[in-house]
Amino acid sequence: MPDLPIYLDNAATTRCDPRVVEEMLPYFTETYGNAGSRNHKFGWDAEAGIDKARERAASLIGAQPKEIIFTSGSTEGNNLAIKGVAEMYSKAPAGSEKRGHIITAIHEHKAVLDPVKRLQKQGFEVTMLEPGQDGLITAEMVKDALREDTILVTIMWANNEIGTINPVPEIGKIVKAHGAIFHTDATQWVGKMPTNVDTDSIDLLTWSGHKIFGPKGIGALYVRRRKPRVRLTAQIEGGGQERGYRSGTHNVPGIVGFGKACELCAEEMDSERDRLLALRQKLESELKSRIDVCEVNGHAERRMPNMTNISFGFVEGEGLMMKIKDIACSSGSACTSASLEPSYVLKALGVGDELAHSSLRLSMGRFTTAEEIDYAINEITDAVLHLRKLSPLYDMHMEGIDISTIEWASH
Amino acid sequence: MAYSPKVIDHYENPRNVGNFGSTADVKKDSAIGVGVVGAPECGDVMQMQIKVNPETKKIEDAKFKCFGCGSAIASSSLATEWLKGQTLDEALEIKNTDIVEELSLPPVKIHCSVLAEDAIRSAIKDYKTKNNIAEEQAAHSH
Repeated sequence: MPDLPIYLDNAATTRCDPRVVEEMLPYFTETYGNAGSRNHKFGWDAEAGIDKARERAASLIGAQPKEIIFTSGSTEGNNLAIKGVAEMYSKAPAGSEKRGHIITAIHEHKAVLDPVKRLQKQGFEVTMLEPGQDGLITAEMVKDALREDTILVTIMWANNEIGTINPVPEIGKIVKAHGAIFHTDATQWVGKMPTNVDTDSIDLLTWSGHKIFGPKGIGALYVRRRKPRVRLTAQIEGGGQERGYRSGTHNVPGIVGFGKACELCAEEMDSERDRLLALRQKLESELKSRIDVCEVNGHAERRMPNMTNISFGFVEGEGLMMKIKDIACSSGSACTSASLEPSYVLKALGVGDELAHSSLRLSMGRFTTAEEIDYAINEITDAVLHLRKLSPLYDMHMEGIDISTIEWASH
Repeated sequence: MAYSPKVIDHYENPRNVGNFGSTADVKKDSAIGVGVVGAPECGDVMQMQIKVNPETKKIEDAKFKCFGCGSAIASSSLATEWLKGQTLDEALEIKNTDIVEELSLPPVKIHCSVLAEDAIRSAIKDYKTKNNIAEEQAAHSH
């Protein structure tokens, strides 16, 4: 029996690795200088910590240290990349129309969609690509959407709700050949899967510390310096830190922890990927064999090894989570949000609203054990079968009534 | 969001789960009223069935089934408890606000209580339709 509750919500955030915390601690109480202080040891030591972290972060994605901008996390990184490019490469001055074309997809994270929507209001034109049922954006879709005035393409690497993997190297190649700038929100990808910004044709890449067993409140944006040299308009101005792209006193302990987290991910990536993939496959195959009308959402193969999104027909997601109270996870159900709308990501895949309400996202991490997955399989199975005894929809299904043919009074 | 102890109790030990037979059977039985409200795409479907004693005209038994969150399950479970032993008119007095109060539902879950009230009304309406009882007549029979 594993220690309860068990944590299967690593796509939301991860436990900070104790080795990361250990490396951070001296930077709170001993090496507490401001890296901007150029004239004393406190400042120099803090700067040395940052330099080391920058090297480790760059090394994880095949970049040069000078190409790493530390941010507060992926939301800030995405905002800086998207708004910074739009402002810098705008084809017409603020206040006018036709300022340039941006391509993204409808099932991106809100930290990409909301900045893009703001730019749309400010005179930029936007194409929102729609994925197929497998949740993927293909290089072909991007190619067809490119225009002469396209300045930016922003497509995430791995989706945060369903874990599907977009063909980023192929998309990058096409965008590069076209002469536009390519940004990818790689928050769910980097640290878990091999990344090389050169061979993968990436100009801007966002990732975050707390998704890779590092601390919260720290992340990085990769900004290409050659072939081509990408320039951004700063969104946070002040003391000129981070080559002027991101002012503000450095979060030295956070940056040090981020660097350590990157290093550990690089060291353990191959073994972790294999281990987690085996656990995910077991989780999916066991649940599918024990529960009828149970669908894994998203592409069958092109998915992250550490997460799965499963719809259990005739059972509502929040009700299900309440039953499996010792398993921390997420649901695409409306009830987990204030909006009462089910997941827009699942809707984008054409998953019916009813199955979107019935979905669970289970995401594993470095500290997930095989014993925990066995426990989760049993608990989820019991909960689904129990709730189906309560479900009028399951009765209808068993009586052979197609619930999609019933005229429901919506409320 | 934390659930109230009463929601957890009804969720963990739902009262009166079930139905009085297959969909076809209950349709034919004039002693039974069935209400199905909500929609799968909204994330809630509630089915309420009442069995009315032909002599006393009281609801002698009630059953529910619910596709929904914990608060929806608790609201319908509580409603079946309240329905038993009531006349139809008394049952119509049950308001969603009573359910909200009893279960301490937060604002975001009020729609669950509304659905339970709708389910009660829908089941009673079905019973009356089956038995040719006009709405007004029933309303003045006590």
